[in-house]
Amino acid sequence: MTKEYKTIVEISGPLIFIEKTEPVGYGELVNINLPDGSTKRGQVLDTSADIVAVQVFEGTGGLNEESGVVFTGETIKLPVSKDMLGRILSGSGEPLDGGPRIVPEDRIDVNGASMNPYSRMPPEEFIQTGISTIDGTNTLVRGQKLPIFSGSGLPHNEIALQIARQAKVPGSEEAFAVVFAAMGITNEEAQYFMEDFEKTGALERAVVFLNLADDPAVERIITPRMALTAAEYLAYQHDMHVLVILTDITNYCEALRQMGAAREEVPGRRGYPGYMYTDLASLYERAGVIKGTKGSVTQFSILTMPGDDITHPIPDLSGYITEGQIVVSRELHRKGIYPPINVLPSLSRLMNSGIGAGKTRDDHKAVSDQMYAAYAEGRDLRGLVAIVGKEALSERDQRILEFADLFEDRFVRQGRNEDRSIEDTLNVAWSILSELPEALLTRVDNKFIDKYHPAHKKSN
Amino acid sequence: MEIKGEIYRVAGPVVTIIGIKPKMYDVVKVGHEGLMGEVIRIEGDKATVQVYEDTSGIKPGEPVENTGMSLSVELGPGLLESIYDGIQRPLKVLQEKMGDFIQRGVTANGLDRDKKWDFKPVVSIGDKVKGGEVIGLVQETENIEHKIMVPPKVSGTVSEIKSGKFTVDETICVLADGTELQMMQKWPVRAPRPVSKKLLPKTPLITGQRILDGLFPVAKGGTAAIPGPFGSGKTVTQQQLAKWSDTDIVVYIGCGERGNEMADVLNEFPELQDPKTGRPLMERTVLIANTSNMPVAAREASVYTGITIAEYYRDMGYDVSLMADSSSRWAEAMREISSRLEEMPGEEGYPAYLSARLSEFYERAGYVKSLAGVNGSITVIGAVSPPGGDFSEPVTQNTLRIVKVFWALDAKLAQRRHFPSINWLTSYSLYSNSLSGWFAENVAPDWTALRDNAMDLLQRESELQEIVQLVGSDALPEDQQLVLEICRMIREYFLQQNAYHPVDTYCSFDKQYKLLKAISKYSDMATTALTAGVPMKDILSLQSKDELAKVKFEEDFDKALDAVLKKMDSEFADLGGN
Repeated sequence: MTKEYKTIVEISGPLIFIEKTEPVGYGELVNINLPDGSTKRGQVLDTSADIVAVQVFEGTGGLNEESGVVFTGETIKLPVSKDMLGRILSGSGEPLDGGPRIVPEDRIDVNGASMNPYSRMPPEEFIQTGISTIDGTNTLVRGQKLPIFSGSGLPHNEIALQIARQAKVPGSEEAFAVVFAAMGITNEEAQYFMEDFEKTGALERAVVFLNLADDPAVERIITPRMALTAAEYLAYQHDMHVLVILTDITNYCEALRQMGAAREEVPGRRGYPGYMYTDLASLYERAGVIKGTKGSVTQFSILTMPGDDITHPIPDLSGYITEGQIVVSRELHRKGIYPPINVLPSLSRLMNSGIGAGKTRDDHKAVSDQMYAAYAEGRDLRGLVAIVGKEALSERDQRILEFADLFEDRFVRQGRNEDRSIEDTLNVAWSILSELPEALLTRVDNKFIDKYHPAHKKSN
Repeated sequence: MEIKGEIYRVAGPVVTIIGIKPKMYDVVKVGHEGLMGEVIRIEGDKATVQVYEDTSGIKPGEPVENTGMSLSVELGPGLLESIYDGIQRPLKVLQEKMGDFIQRGVTANGLDRDKKWDFKPVVSIGDKVKGGEVIGLVQETENIEHKIMVPPKVSGTVSEIKSGKFTVDETICVLADGTELQMMQKWPVRAPRPVSKKLLPKTPLITGQRILDGLFPVAKGGTAAIPGPFGSGKTVTQQQLAKWSDTDIVVYIGCGERGNEMADVLNEFPELQDPKTGRPLMERTVLIANTSNMPVAAREASVYTGITIAEYYRDMGYDVSLMADSSSRWAEAMREISSRLEEMPGEEGYPAYLSARLSEFYERAGYVKSLAGVNGSITVIGAVSPPGGDFSEPVTQNTLRIVKVFWALDAKLAQRRHFPSINWLTSYSLYSNSLSGWFAENVAPDWTALRDNAMDLLQRESELQEIVQLVGSDALPEDQQLVLEICRMIREYFLQQNAYHPVDTYCSFDKQYKLLKAISKYSDMATTALTAGVPMKDILSLQSKDELAKVKFEEDFDKALDAVLKKMDSEFADLGGN
């Protein structure tokens, strides 16, 4: 099995082609011994009786026809153990923190298998992130995959960290375990994350996979799969609730495109491979809850939209797979509002199953719908004001316009360490809604107005 | 019968084999694990196979077996209440066999071989039977009687017929030429089941959704498309359709969709009650779930599996509605396989045969006379997910050329929490006219006029809105301000419908008619009052107008509406002019 082949016939970008081999399995892990004594790893992409194509994770630098190729006979596996918590690993699973190698309890194929839809439990447990724009209007639930759509220069990392720090299920003391996978982010960004993890003690319950900007792009294709494999192991073997943060999906897709080009594939939209949807789905879909198990995998990926363009293939395809998105807005950021989350294009598709009486509060949906509607109208009116001036607006429209400002200033804006409970969030919501005339609150049942509206609450 | 060949090359789901001479679309078993695949190209002594399962670890040289059959589904009692993957493997059986994650190489029969069904013959010895004719009945679920039919291409004289409890593969009837018939028949998914005649659709599919039934109806046997950019409520709309449409059988294909959403469907359906019978809705439903991370080739097959099952029930004389969510995912599966085959790409990388495949699929819908002479229908409702909400992309465009109804979901409306967020200006239905006879007879003689008037007002609103954008609403003449107000009422009171509200989730035609009539009544009275010189703000501040907003949520709708209408009469009387 450990036969070494010295029959490389072509090296092209990250790919090498080997001929005259014994039958080699598709997707098999490959070790490559370089003439200088170092080794690299790769994976079989295409195998036939005549020629085998291998993609090399660490790049093909230093490789020549003298290099030896060993096919290991197995697909890529991640050694897993509960001791992974607190460790920092490379993008391909090697320890980076100077600690010992992981003593594996098991070795798991990183590609995972697809979860039987019949075994899935529809997610419905509310996760409180302490951020009003998420908890109040785009509620996250356990087992959901909700990416942050951001742009370069926006504080998405801070938001992700705040969520990682504050996320909890109210009434349960258990903290989330965090699996963090960095794909192609800069050393500085990575440091920022690591420092915050260490400072807050989150590192003890975290597994970190780092593939930095100067690490080979091909490795990025494996990094999120390693991370998700670790997450699934902790969730389903050790009953933990795992929050997976993948950053940055855009870099991952760039790597995918690079690989596609190297393989001379027919490119799809904007040069990205035609199978990008399926490929992204194989990552995102590894979130969920299984009936009869205690653990869960919740995904929070960060994606920087090239040119802030939400129709770009990466956010577009992601949006079709994930259960909604949190959109970070440059406009709000420029206004100095943190977190600059624009609730209008943001969405949590699983929100309705996670809120309401017994989960958050009975008035949650009504309040959220009402704020959405009023804020959307208020933003439209701003456009009108630019043309005709504020004075030309009717009394009603002026109140709605004011509401939009209040909403941004009191509901959206909050401190970087401010952890609002869901009660706080809804109370802030009522305090700004009460600035609107009651007749405009058409989406809220009268019974909620009686129960929660500050004007009525006092008289009760 | 079975000839063995071997694998030559493996590249993802595309496997090249040598050593056997299969026919196109033959199903082959690949490798030691016997992974299922389908022949999609033959070139010299090599054949290309798309494999429905993950191919990691499969090596050149492993054996290949040809089954000699093309991809087929098993049709017979037991289809209802089932949840299948894209190639008709019951997900429940897969879970029992291999746990919570789907491993490969597992086969499972589409129909349970052990279950015995009570077969009641309706033919006797000596009767002549031909393809499509019913030879016996099985009570499949409480309300659905499964008709056991002679397979389409078979005919002859009955020489033996049994009665009693049998499994699906036991012989229940023998023809004079020795042909043995079982309750189960197989049919290749890529070939439409034959019918004797296609008829013109004349009755509407009643969905209980006001904007769909009222403004943009689809006929039973028709085709409709729901395109929607993500986040526009497409899935909820489709689920509402599956729950409420007045067909006998529902086939729901979750093609390349989200696992959690599919889980929601799989969890919710068994709990849903059929509003007409009070029985679980599952008893007349077949679900096909192929989520986005399940193998791409099975996703490509899933829509064919679904429509073949739908055709089978149609042949029994049932009305079937089929939801394909989403056909874009299906088209993408075609694109992915096509690109792996290194075919010359057409528009945006989609294969050149995209348009042909889409039209072939939608053509399998229709209101038909079956081989046995009974009428049945398949209504196909396909979701398309245009990338970036751009309707000019190939899948949407090719779909629109075929379908007759277009329910344009609009993300802007969704952002305003206007649900269902179907844009009333860009949607259309080509059935409105052919169905108007039915509406006049079954809803009200003035229904079509009411509807046209509402559409007309909404069109005027959009023109007025452009002026309002420039000068503000106060600058408009009062009669135009009234138009804006009436349109707001149509939008908020009539078009908006809350899928999660126990009462509002379904709205009968009677209720739809009364609601629209009430708005029209207000409109008429307000116009009269305005002409008589009543100030606009008095007309707008009527309590009855605001109360009308809430009647659709009332359990006792008629009573609540009566009260509001009475109040409206008296309030307008107070204003004078009426």
